[in-house]
Amino acid sequence: MKEQLQKDFDNSIKNLSLSQKDMEIKKFCLDNFIDKGFPNKKEEDWKFSDLNQIIKNNIGELSFYNDQASTNKVDTSVFVDGLEHNKIVFINGRIEKIDFEYEKKDQIEIIGQSETINEFKNSNSLSDLNNAFTNKCFKILVKKGYQLAKPLIIYHTTNSKIWSKNINLRLNFELDKDSSLRLIDLFNDTSEKNFLNIFYNFELKENAVLKNYKVDKFENKNIKYSFNNIDQDKNSISETFILSSGSNFSKNEINCNLNGVYASAFVNGVFSLNNDKHHEIRSIINHLTENTKSYQLIKSVLDESSKAVYQGKIFVNSDAQKTDGYQLSKAILLNKESEFNAKPELEIYADDVKCSHGSASGSLNGDSIFYLMSRGLSYQQSRELLINGFLLDVVEKITDPEIKNLIKNMIGIKE
Amino acid sequence: MDNRQKEINNLKDYKYGFSTDIENIQAPKGLNEDVIKFISNIKKEPAWMLEFRLKAFERFKVLKEPDWQKPKFPKIDYQDLYYYSAPKSMKDKPKSLDELDPKLLETYKKLGIPLQEQARLNGIAVDAVFDSVSVATTFKDELTKQGIIFCPISEAIQNHPELVKKYLGSVIPTSDHFFATLNSAVFTDGSFVYIPEGVRCPMELSTYFRINASNTGQFERTLIIADKGSYVSYLEGCTAPMRDENQLHAANVELIALDDAEIKYSTVQNWYPGDQDGKGGIYNFVTKRGLCKGKNSKISWTQVETGSAITWKYPSCILKGDNSVGEFYSIAITNNHQKADTGTKMIHLGKNTKSKIISKGISAGSSDMTYRGLVDISSKAKNSTNYTQCDSLLMGNRCGAHTVPYIKNKNSESNIAHEATTSKISEEQLHYCQQRGLNPEEAVGLIVNGFCKEVLQQLPMEFAVEAQKLVGISLEGSVG
Repeated sequence: MKEQLQKDFDNSIKNLSLSQKDMEIKKFCLDNFIDKGFPNKKEEDWKFSDLNQIIKNNIGELSFYNDQASTNKVDTSVFVDGLEHNKIVFINGRIEKIDFEYEKKDQIEIIGQSETINEFKNSNSLSDLNNAFTNKCFKILVKKGYQLAKPLIIYHTTNSKIWSKNINLRLNFELDKDSSLRLIDLFNDTSEKNFLNIFYNFELKENAVLKNYKVDKFENKNIKYSFNNIDQDKNSISETFILSSGSNFSKNEINCNLNGVYASAFVNGVFSLNNDKHHEIRSIINHLTENTKSYQLIKSVLDESSKAVYQGKIFVNSDAQKTDGYQLSKAILLNKESEFNAKPELEIYADDVKCSHGSASGSLNGDSIFYLMSRGLSYQQSRELLINGFLLDVVEKITDPEIKNLIKNMIGIKE
Repeated sequence: MDNRQKEINNLKDYKYGFSTDIENIQAPKGLNEDVIKFISNIKKEPAWMLEFRLKAFERFKVLKEPDWQKPKFPKIDYQDLYYYSAPKSMKDKPKSLDELDPKLLETYKKLGIPLQEQARLNGIAVDAVFDSVSVATTFKDELTKQGIIFCPISEAIQNHPELVKKYLGSVIPTSDHFFATLNSAVFTDGSFVYIPEGVRCPMELSTYFRINASNTGQFERTLIIADKGSYVSYLEGCTAPMRDENQLHAANVELIALDDAEIKYSTVQNWYPGDQDGKGGIYNFVTKRGLCKGKNSKISWTQVETGSAITWKYPSCILKGDNSVGEFYSIAITNNHQKADTGTKMIHLGKNTKSKIISKGISAGSSDMTYRGLVDISSKAKNSTNYTQCDSLLMGNRCGAHTVPYIKNKNSESNIAHEATTSKISEEQLHYCQQRGLNPEEAVGLIVNGFCKEVLQQLPMEFAVEAQKLVGISLEGSVG
């Protein structure tokens, strides 16, 4: 893999006009990645999902070079109907469109940055890979006091032009004081066997509100990794919702640093898997100062030989008194081949805190099925009703009514 | 200083910290094949036992000391330890307690473990292990009548080789992890228990471990076999003198329960925890594993961990037989600079297996406590259930409490439920108690005892009282 990496790297930087310093950073990151390789199960954070093995088995040889010279045609049929929204369109990893048509132009700034190396806490060799191969990095700045009128949808589209490729994306967001952003990531793939490696960095200033909804719904054979780093200042709120369903393999990581007092973070997730899929959510909430709050709810429905993993960690620093941390993961295993693994972790260094976690996994409750069937429903109907209700619980946590309805429609949950 | 304060100060000191001045026979310092042969030779072991040890040592040579644990410690120089130390008077084993070195008898008396049978009223059979040898086993005759074998493992190797050969290393193989393998190579003594078919052991069996000599590692090995339909309750207690250097204690405990058998294993661990600045103390790196081999068998671990500078152990159950049950009840208390990384593993292999984990952790001072546990329900373990509850209590903002559970469910007909909380003693509770005339120390004691009650209840009567006191003493001075 080493030669391939080096060759593809030389190819990708050839067309970029990089400063000496940026070049050095990229080379440094490449060497780091060559040194470490893809994460494997020997690393504690990848214990349940051996990415190295998964890539080997599903893709085989990856190519890291992306020819981004030619533009792709934006297919408007993938756009969401019935919801006015701003758009960023990625096709095969290339930004094709940035459109903030509903917003005041002077309140949002889009900065094309040269390489900014981010030393994310709790990240891994994939961040090096990302740093080495992303060729364009944008920063979206929402100015002081501005609240976006419409949500922003980022379309991650891939088509059959690419095959066995590694695609790296990087976006930075800064939400200034009193601003707010609703962000939906929508994945739509018609390609197969690619590895997507996405890094987002959010910086939330005082009173800023971020709502991020990640929807991976459509069936595809790709492998996805996404890392969100969220830094939160005083009084800020972050809400992350993950619908993890479509891809062959997917791992979402959330690393949230609650740096300011009264900051709060919410992470909610739904796994709805079948057919040999293997998905993971790993969250790390760092309570770094007092009076911060976090809440996490993850629910899984696992059919056929699918596998879901949830690793959640609540870290409480010794200064972070009066922390309130909560975490709950529940799973229903529908098939005897399905598997649920959890590692809900607490690491606490302050005494005046309230932290708890719960995790439960098992089959559909026989008594509930019996109850519904005795009232005239068929087995299939009862089962659907129960699963619906089970997942609805998480979707109901979405605080934005418009988006809540959108997501409900998308997954076909009825009320 | 008023009386109350004096009392507290007395209690705060580790009262088992004395050492006994007694002549020792030691193996040469260091770890090599000759030392292993020396140990095997002095124990007059048969050839197969030496082979077992050497096989383990071969494996040990290629193993690396694990480093994933939370409490880090300075590198141990395994060549700078004595692997065998025994009171000289034990060389030719005394035939009866009357021939035992009076100094030894006195030591155990000081520890509150009278070995003279006539002095005993509460009917617990004791095997006392002093450094590397077992010095006395009480109530032997009475047990023999029922066919129960309770003796030092070195004796069992001589007298019951067929049993030892069959079961030793069957739960913790010689190829296991670093410390377990080290133990397999150099273990010195420990207890052996065999309960024959259908026998309910009439009294509690107990081993008392004492590390006396300095620079000595204690490597004991305990093997308990409960044959079909039998029952045994086994207790274990431990202390060590106060010394500045850290001492290593790496024991292996293997339990085997056959069809319908039940083993209840209780530990009150009170090794020397080091002084208030974290100097000295025992490294307690123990491997404990139980195998529910037969149908309907049950293994229950209860532990009260108050001592040791570092406690690093996971008493585990392998639930192989159908309908077998595994239980784990634990109280772990750390104070000053103590560190603990403890928990359990429940491996469900058989159908309809059940396990229950109740863990209570209390950390005070600058200590650090981790609960680490694994619940693994394999795809064949239909209809299995697990319930886990781990609660932590923090006192002061210099200590840490961590929970790291690993939960694996590969069976859709099985259920796992896990709960964990971390909090501190609420002001309201303290206020309520103080309002009714308790001083802060007493109030905390009361609340902590309530917090631990679920586990303390599992201990046999005599131990429960002792443990309750120990819980109080370990936390003295940590409030206010």
